[in-house]
Amino acid sequence: MSALTIRNLKKTYGNGVEALKGIELTVEKGDFFALLGPNGAGKSTTIGIISSLVNKSSGQVSILGHDLDTERALAKQKIGVVPQEFNFGQFEKVFDIVVTQAGFYGIPASLARQRAEKYLRQLGLWDKRSNQARTLSGGMKRRLMIARALVHEPDLLILDEPTAGVDIELRRSMWDFLIGLNEEGRTIILTTHYLEEAESLCRNIAIIDHGQIVENTDMKSLLETLQVETFILDLARPVTAPPSLSGFQVRLRDATTLEVEVPKTEHLNRLFTELAEQNFQVMSMRNKSNRLEELFVRLVEQNLPGQAQPAEATS
Amino acid sequence: MSGYQQWVAFCTIVIKEIRRFTRIWPQTLLPPAITMTLYFVIFGNLVGQRIGDMGGFDYMQYIVPGLIMMSVITNSYGNVVSSFFSTKFQHSIEEMLVSPMPNYVILTGFVVGGMARGMAVGLIVSLLSLFFTHLSMQHLWITVSVVVMTSALFSLGGFLNALFARNFDDISIIPNFVLTPLTYLGGVFYSLDLLPDFWRAVTLVNPIVYMVNAFRYGVLGVSDVNVYASLAAILAFVVVFFALSLWLLNRGTGIRS
Repeated sequence: MSALTIRNLKKTYGNGVEALKGIELTVEKGDFFALLGPNGAGKSTTIGIISSLVNKSSGQVSILGHDLDTERALAKQKIGVVPQEFNFGQFEKVFDIVVTQAGFYGIPASLARQRAEKYLRQLGLWDKRSNQARTLSGGMKRRLMIARALVHEPDLLILDEPTAGVDIELRRSMWDFLIGLNEEGRTIILTTHYLEEAESLCRNIAIIDHGQIVENTDMKSLLETLQVETFILDLARPVTAPPSLSGFQVRLRDATTLEVEVPKTEHLNRLFTELAEQNFQVMSMRNKSNRLEELFVRLVEQNLPGQAQPAEATS
Repeated sequence: MSGYQQWVAFCTIVIKEIRRFTRIWPQTLLPPAITMTLYFVIFGNLVGQRIGDMGGFDYMQYIVPGLIMMSVITNSYGNVVSSFFSTKFQHSIEEMLVSPMPNYVILTGFVVGGMARGMAVGLIVSLLSLFFTHLSMQHLWITVSVVVMTSALFSLGGFLNALFARNFDDISIIPNFVLTPLTYLGGVFYSLDLLPDFWRAVTLVNPIVYMVNAFRYGVLGVSDVNVYASLAAILAFVVVFFALSLWLLNRGTGIRS
């Protein structure tokens, strides 16, 4: 059974904006899935429909076998949602927010309090339990929303930009926490603008643009389609002109920095041999951007208005 | 959701609502106590002594039931309109919308929360009135029925207002420009017998007249209108407002795009 099945999902807003143009998507149980796309592509509308915050125009959504139209309550029981915007009562206490959310799912107060303690401790918020939510930092507010989404112990967790505005250290600890949840068997769907995050965490990926799925595959296969990687080379001594390298696109960014495009068919050994022959000494080397980011930009650029070619759902 | 789970969810909303208005008691419970005490002192004592009897009672006794109802009406309405609109404004309504809780549980929870504040303020004002006059209770069940149904009706009114409201101005228009005039012209301070025929007929279109008079009948045993017809009309309005609110909630009006 799939954790999430979406068939021909369409959404046209009252102002005529066609946000979704017939999305097809399947997320398997236990998956760690990335849903990526540029701003305004339709990610939040899709999540809004799955979580019953947005009315769909047509199509079908099924969560762990429960159709959202015919078995709405059962479907809702199975999902937890961490939205992009803070959406809790700012004047309520941290502990009360989590316990109250459990109450909305019909969980008795004693069990709700136990679970609230468990998740607030796991997310490092137990010391803040009596504070009003408005006094928390941005990172703490995001963790509070994760604790709240987990209190009814859903099988499918959807996180919309969970690490936006979170510092690097905290982001890493949140990644570990999410990996732990996934290892326990929970299906996780993640949207993020940090493509490194998606590449590190997710096994499968869908890219949405202009309301259509333009790519839907596993992360490994997608990264293998990358034909060219761009590297930044830091040189030991300043130079005035770039080297002449056959088979590589090269550009001098400044006196000590080269940018080199390496086709998938070429070996890095040949690049370094040619550089050495021309007396260029390389001190360090790094990717210009991560591989997923390069692919993402190319896919989105290909999908400019009028050129959209929706992909088949494959995962 | 099972019946028990729905009951837990309902209690959660009611407790949350009660916790909210008791936490901000200087904004919710104290102002009506002060305002009504001023009414008792100025209209009841100082002006009332010169007015003399009204409907067979001294003026203070006559206006107390109306002032209690005025408190119940404005506070039931005010609680739900501000609380529900705040949840929309802060997007915390999404906490409820993503849950499997049926919409009638959400609606009933907010309405009972509004009734709780309306009746709490009604009780405070009733106790304060005892410092100024003697309050008898002629028909207990009529008194209780009128308070319960009126607070439910105006809680539903507040809910509908909040559902359609898009900004904070929208939640003050109806209380200021509709509810306040109707309440002041609803027979709180005078008997309808004092009005010329034309204005008496106009006043009878005002639904608050029936609530104030039915409550006054419960307390003092006198009314300008038929009490049982009033109770039936209030109940009918409660049913219609509840059905309308639920229908709008199911459609997602004002809360889902």
